[in-house]
Amino acid sequence: MSDQTAPAAPRKVRPFYWSVRRELWENRSIYIAPAAIAAVVMFGFLISTFRLPHNLRAAIASGKDSSLMMPYAATAFVVLATSLVVAVFYCLGALQNERRDRSILFWKSLPVSDRVTVLSKAAVPMIVLPLVGFTVILASNLIMLAWSTIVVLLNGIAPWELWSRLPLAFMWLVLAIGLPFLALWFSPVFAWLILVSAWARRMAILWALGPPMALAIVERMAFGTSNIGKQIARRLTGGLSEAFSAKGEGKVPVDSLSAFDPGRLPVIADLWIGVAIAALLLFAAIRLRRSRDPI
Amino acid sequence: MACIDARGLRKAYGKTLALDGVDLRVEEGRILGLIGPNGAGKSTALQAILGLTTYTGDLKVLGRDPWTQRGALMNDICFIADVAVLPRWMRVSQALDYMAGVHPRFDRAKAEGFLARTTIKSASRVRELSKGMTAQLHLALVMAVDARLLVLDEPTLGLDLLYRKAFYDSLLNDYFDGARTIVISTHQVEEIQHILTDVVFLDRGRVALSCSMEDFEARYLEVLVGPDHLAAARAFGPIHERQLFGRGILIFDGATREQLSPLGEVRTPSLADLFVAVLGPRTDPRTGDSQEQAA
Repeated sequence: MSDQTAPAAPRKVRPFYWSVRRELWENRSIYIAPAAIAAVVMFGFLISTFRLPHNLRAAIASGKDSSLMMPYAATAFVVLATSLVVAVFYCLGALQNERRDRSILFWKSLPVSDRVTVLSKAAVPMIVLPLVGFTVILASNLIMLAWSTIVVLLNGIAPWELWSRLPLAFMWLVLAIGLPFLALWFSPVFAWLILVSAWARRMAILWALGPPMALAIVERMAFGTSNIGKQIARRLTGGLSEAFSAKGEGKVPVDSLSAFDPGRLPVIADLWIGVAIAALLLFAAIRLRRSRDPI
Repeated sequence: MACIDARGLRKAYGKTLALDGVDLRVEEGRILGLIGPNGAGKSTALQAILGLTTYTGDLKVLGRDPWTQRGALMNDICFIADVAVLPRWMRVSQALDYMAGVHPRFDRAKAEGFLARTTIKSASRVRELSKGMTAQLHLALVMAVDARLLVLDEPTLGLDLLYRKAFYDSLLNDYFDGARTIVISTHQVEEIQHILTDVVFLDRGRVALSCSMEDFEARYLEVLVGPDHLAAARAFGPIHERQLFGRGILIFDGATREQLSPLGEVRTPSLADLFVAVLGPRTDPRTGDSQEQAA
């Protein structure tokens, strides 16, 4: 930059990093909600451990041990579901709240571009929430494991009898692969909601649901087909089974890393088509934020 | 290079012309007051300067096109677009962290110095501050930025007299250094008259008057005339006349003190009175805080 006055050399700035932090300041539910729901589940689990010695002895005797893992998987599922709900509501307000409280006039007075702003908001459901979810799941599982180990020891059972029946490391690995997969899978949904929030003056949720439903209805009435409706339904409901069930069929939970074998390339293609759509929607959101006034 | 150079600036909202060919040139180091009734186009003009809205015509701010080169421009420009646009959830300390994180020219120590003179605590949230304190905070943030152009759009609207006075005193004593340019739009003409170097009256999207304060003082005179001299005074062609306590107050454009002093007490009119004289009774008589009874 050519400056005649040459002020003190401009400091290094990190607009993207600070924009994401700003989102966490404003939307504390991003980490409070998953942590709170995990705390509730853990509380129930702590009470339930009075049955643990009995169940463990039964598992040792019978050789079947699936029920022991259940609370750990349930915690993961509940935290995951909460994160998704938080993500949806976060996206719906992402670019609307700042217009409603007029703070957009403050944000726009700073050298942070619309692109950085929109991408930092998209990073919350795509990167921050999966990381938060994974951390909460990991932490709560470890607490549950530690408590169970104490209970088991107090009842005179060797702790490895419990540990060997809990495929926790495998579940964490599946989550570590499945959460980024889900983030990419849902990216067009998040991007659509962010675009709606940049555009809607009020009732963002109606605008979010209306146009896709209208498209599906028009297609159904005009051509008697329901391709759009099916695509939307698959995008909304297919992600979890693709990520966490064997062969993506939604029947049995994934039990080996065959989840991403080459035989499932069509799913991978679906995934990247979705990401491409998300990129277009986010680009539109960036353009829209440029010209939007406070509500 | 002029700080702001606008030629034939136009902006229409639907069929309403907000700006109807505005020419404006502001040199660096000036303090310009942009004054006009509601709906005169002040905010639209400032939004165009800040790259917040599209326009037609030529506009260069610090040599750049504010719409297409907004990103680069925001390093050198600061603005307060309205009162109370700071996000209500933000803590004072977070505002400082964020500004330091995204703005290359923000001097955190300076901002903390300004805040130390107020009663604002760094742990407070913006929503806990009074309107006047919020304005103080915003000004402290803005004054700690080493910007070349500061734009203030109604920065003191709704504040009480003490806060308004402190606001402008602080601006003049702590910020203005003769090299920076400040553009202020406000209704409260009386309070900013003494700090301005230039003034522009805007009316219905057009420039009604544009001059430096030196020119203003040389050009315009106001005379208090008793009833017996009234006819003689009118012969010089006043641009405005009003009655107060049985005496006439006449404003002249271009008359000399020698011509007028035999008729009565001669003084420089206030900007508010000139505003009424130039824009006439067709404007809202309350604008400009004048006690004018439309003649």
